[in-house]
Amino acid sequence: MLSIKNLQASIGDKQILNGINLEVKAGEVHAIMGPNGSGKSTLASVLAGREDYEVTGGDVEFRGKNLLDMAPEERAREGVFLAFQYPVEIPGVSTINFMKTALNQVLEARGQQTLDAVSFLKLMKEKMKLVDIDQSLLNRSLNEGFSGGEKKRNEIFQMAMLEPRLAILDETDSGLDIDALKIVANGVNKLRSSSNATIVVTHYQRLLDYIVPDFVHVLYKGKIVKSGTKELALELEAKGYDWIKDEVAV
Amino acid sequence: MTGQQQTKNVSDKSVIDLIDQQVGLHPRITALREKGREAFLKNGLPHNKEEEFKHTPITRLLQKNLSLEPKANKLAPLSAEEFRIEGLDAYKVVFVNGIYDPTLSSLPASSDVVVKTLADAVDDGDALALEHLGKYADPQTDGFVAWNTAAWTNGVFIHAKRNAIVDKPVYLVYWHNAEKEEVVSVVRNLLVVETNAQLEVFERYGSSGKAGHFSNHVTEAVVLANGGLDLYTLQNDNGQRYQYAFTRIHQEPSSRVNTYTFTFDGKLVRNTLQLALDGQGIESHMFGLYLLSGDTIADNHTVVDHRQPNSFSNEIYKGILDDNSKGVFNGKIYVRPQAQKTNAFQANRNILMSDSATVNTKPQLEIWADDVKCSHGCTTGQLDEEAIFYLQARGIDKETARAMMLFAFALEILDNIKHAGLRHYIEAIIRERLHQ
Repeated sequence: MLSIKNLQASIGDKQILNGINLEVKAGEVHAIMGPNGSGKSTLASVLAGREDYEVTGGDVEFRGKNLLDMAPEERAREGVFLAFQYPVEIPGVSTINFMKTALNQVLEARGQQTLDAVSFLKLMKEKMKLVDIDQSLLNRSLNEGFSGGEKKRNEIFQMAMLEPRLAILDETDSGLDIDALKIVANGVNKLRSSSNATIVVTHYQRLLDYIVPDFVHVLYKGKIVKSGTKELALELEAKGYDWIKDEVAV
Repeated sequence: MTGQQQTKNVSDKSVIDLIDQQVGLHPRITALREKGREAFLKNGLPHNKEEEFKHTPITRLLQKNLSLEPKANKLAPLSAEEFRIEGLDAYKVVFVNGIYDPTLSSLPASSDVVVKTLADAVDDGDALALEHLGKYADPQTDGFVAWNTAAWTNGVFIHAKRNAIVDKPVYLVYWHNAEKEEVVSVVRNLLVVETNAQLEVFERYGSSGKAGHFSNHVTEAVVLANGGLDLYTLQNDNGQRYQYAFTRIHQEPSSRVNTYTFTFDGKLVRNTLQLALDGQGIESHMFGLYLLSGDTIADNHTVVDHRQPNSFSNEIYKGILDDNSKGVFNGKIYVRPQAQKTNAFQANRNILMSDSATVNTKPQLEIWADDVKCSHGCTTGQLDEEAIFYLQARGIDKETARAMMLFAFALEILDNIKHAGLRHYIEAIIRERLHQ
């Protein structure tokens, strides 16, 4: 589904990704872990098409197409979804209105029938249950005044609505208490299927107790320096990141 | 007739000629008109270096683009249908090139409210009109108010009687037919809202034709105890209109005033809006929204004058500026020494859509009382790129994302419109402008 080859990216003069290689197949969950500043969020942002970053080398293919050539909205319509680490607050735009516009643009791009108000609301009510989100929240301005947990649940709600092929969760666990974390993880798990894939970007192993990965990759200084199975995450949790740094230094 | 030698420039001379053409009109108020003329002879049109006009070269642009010579325009007939707004059931007063058009107007037969031309009110000796006219707009304010006082030809007089909840808004159309030649109109309005009465007024400026035109409007309003006035102004003239609009509203105890100023088009729009809060328990809201493009200049100078304790004022003006447009906001708040327990808030927020659009914004608070709550804030910036990326990341194209953001920005003002029909009408204009 996703094939990243020697991806390099910079922001300003600063090179952040130094040649990432990663293959993600349908049905898989990959965790990207690493210390602060290792480039985890940059990787997520570059895949979603954030313009602040300049891709200086490498290729990314998504379902056989060159992902890097696409505008952010085209990537979303192809089925890439980024759950933001810091969801943006947008006063005056309600989540419902925003989601209706987004979903219909996505459906239209995919050549599918767009939804009228009634079927949209029906779908929305169904998806709200997944993340235990209240409609009064969705009537409000997008993320404005939401708690950290509400923002993250709103991200997963949007993911449920858009049914992406590839979901990238950028530090979705940061700032969540354990109850909120369980709700979010539960939502993600319910959305998993053999036809979609998930990349979980996280600093801590905690989230991976609930969203169990097939593969764990350790990112350090803009490169994947170690890959393994879920046991690698436990080892990182127990030993910290220093041993990886030492290993790389040797 | 002295003082002509003091005039400073060509346009002053032209204005004096225009004023002198109207000598003898409305003889009951000759003394007031003479006061206006004297003030104009003394001050002339505002110089570009004057503090109140330094960002808006109105006199220079008038000199450059208009002759200010009297013209006798032949008017093509208009149909009342042209001014119909769906969802707005209103009394209507139409002025074409400053001249009242009875065939396009529909005045109330109601006993709650008097709506007639100010010329009729003054010439018939309406005691209330004569009592209030000229009491609030000081001809010394600037050359335009002086000119208007000296030479207004017509306008509207509205009198909402004691305890009357006026059943429909009064819809004022200021139409310029500039098909053949330049138009100059000098319009004067007087609104009197008596004790416990409630009145809604909607003013709309528009034109046809390509010639340059200028309107000099002065509106005086007085809202007596516990009265209410909602004043909506829509400036969306896609012709070559230059305009000066001075509005001064005098509020008595416990009165409520909401003003809504929408400036969407025109060559140059200068609004001076002044509220005098002369009593306790007053509530005043001033809402403004300007969506500017091309080379439009829109200047809003506002004054809120808290003269007595325990009153509340809130002002929020927002602007979206594209192309080479220019916005000016100047908000003065005065809190007099006796006006303790005043609450006064002011905000001006702008979004610049192009590198060549500019905004000059200046809050000016002068507070002499010590137990007050006052705040002001102004921001000018671009659309939030992170927010646009967020919308894009959900599949929304960039243009739609920008339009959504801009509409959301305007919504804060739009949401305050109380009249459903007007809200619908103005929202549609905004949506069209923002391609939403």
